[in-house]
Amino acid sequence: MIGLQHYMVVSAILFVMGVLGIFINRKNVIIILMAIELILLSVNINLVAFSAFLGDLVGQVFSMFVLTVAAGEAAIGLAILVIYFRGRGTIAVDDVNRMKG
Amino acid sequence: MIETASLLAVLPELILTGSGLVLMLIAAFGGDRSTHAVNWLAVLALLAAGLSLCTSMAHGPVAFDGLVRADAFSVYAKALIYGAAGAAILLAPRFFAAGGALRPEYAVLIVFAAIGMGMMVSAGDMLTLYVGLEMNSLASYVLASFMRQDEKSSEAGLKYFVLGSLASGILLYGISLLYGFTGSTAFDGIAIAMGDGVSKGELFGLVFVLAGLAFKISAVPFHMWTPDVYEGAPTPVTAFFGSAPKVAAMGLMVRVAIEALGPAGLDWQQIIIFVALASILFGAVAAIGQTSIKRLMAYSSINNVGFALVGLAAGTPAGVAATMSYMAIYVVMTIGAFACILQMRDADGKPVDTIASLAGLSQSRKGLSAAFAIFMFSMAGIPPLFGFWAKFLVFDAAVAANLTALAAFGIAMSVIGAFYYLKIIKTIYFDEPAAPYEAKGGAVENIIMAACAIVIVFGYLLNPLLDKASAAAAASLF
Repeated sequence: MIGLQHYMVVSAILFVMGVLGIFINRKNVIIILMAIELILLSVNINLVAFSAFLGDLVGQVFSMFVLTVAAGEAAIGLAILVIYFRGRGTIAVDDVNRMKG
Repeated sequence: MIETASLLAVLPELILTGSGLVLMLIAAFGGDRSTHAVNWLAVLALLAAGLSLCTSMAHGPVAFDGLVRADAFSVYAKALIYGAAGAAILLAPRFFAAGGALRPEYAVLIVFAAIGMGMMVSAGDMLTLYVGLEMNSLASYVLASFMRQDEKSSEAGLKYFVLGSLASGILLYGISLLYGFTGSTAFDGIAIAMGDGVSKGELFGLVFVLAGLAFKISAVPFHMWTPDVYEGAPTPVTAFFGSAPKVAAMGLMVRVAIEALGPAGLDWQQIIIFVALASILFGAVAAIGQTSIKRLMAYSSINNVGFALVGLAAGTPAGVAATMSYMAIYVVMTIGAFACILQMRDADGKPVDTIASLAGLSQSRKGLSAAFAIFMFSMAGIPPLFGFWAKFLVFDAAVAANLTALAAFGIAMSVIGAFYYLKIIKTIYFDEPAAPYEAKGGAVENIIMAACAIVIVFGYLLNPLLDKASAAAAASLF
């Protein structure tokens, strides 16, 4: 029987993978965008699982909002990436270093 | 069926949304020629929204079944936010004209960010909180990369986007845990569920939510984006980032901590104390070696956020009032300081941002130097300037709440902070003159700079008013 804790474990694993994807990844920025999506989707799994478990619809409504905002976020992220690429001709993470920090 | 009272309670947001959409159409059809018109209309819209705050409170404090609050706290924060946003629009045209990026979208984006910030400070539910926060963040990412041709600006936008999205993800994960373990996303629902003891799951949710919010106010250990974004973003945008979103995120943090997580006060108090200490220490020490004034302002903002959090750490109504007073004074200082920084242009009108270029400024630009000195002295917390009063209030609240050690540490660290502020004043007044700046500043810049300087110097006359407003704002949360 698959219970609430299984969903929470999957969600936690996806969340950690997303965070590690942002910090360990040294290749390119597109992968970071994918990692961000992974984080948001792990949250959605959590919300929907809790919603079903509690018998309360708010969690599912919340996950709809998260999906919508995630779409907007991806659009803006890609737009910024495009102007960045136009200026620099590369999207490798190690090259994002015009400013120290 | 939506009640009229609820709609009237969010009248400021409705005004801004309507005018934001109209302005976007004007910008789309009018092109770059419409920039000045759009700028002034946006300022008017912010002014109208600010005026409508007077009526919105009468229909509060709860609107849309608890999703939105329209209380003294939100009105106080929104007044600051709209003021700072308006100043950021007014300061911009000259800078962008020099960089060849005078576009009308700037004002539109700031208006949209202001709607998001307004929703943040009047959130009564995690859903409103999240949507407001994202609305502000998405507009901010675009603003950071507004100078599209500039490599630094687009890099700042990219960094801000990646780290900001990570922060939203962390915050959301915390919200989902809080929802699962308390069964509610409403602030009062969460508080009721936490009333009978704080479970492990709720504690995890609390930590994640506070971490996500700490990111937005750029408190240590979630500050790493701040210096790069401040340096890379166009200076008027940096002025905006340093003022309005800080108030909004701080207001949000205070509201969440008191209204939603109030029963877990002892748990978050430790976190806030640690974050405040680390921010004060790091902001003071890391600023010393900086050569760019924008980077220095970034560390200064980290430092200031630490001081403001001291008031929240106290967790008392007096502490919250002190935090809100601190933010009000901080906004005036920041806008004033950036009105000075925007006037740092070489003889050809090109913006410069090195501290070395300020050398001997007092010989060529007396007014600008005096204003610089006033803001730096005030940030260092030297009486009788207003910045001293801000620090005094938070330390007073901390001592009253038995956090004497925290207050003592903060005072000691503000001495280190004073070092780099005073170094700028020394550069301006006592160093050998560097290449002179442009002979005259813009009229709007001068007016905003002078107005802020007058508030900072004669601020004590405003104290009865400020104290009353902050106390009322704090009282509406408890």
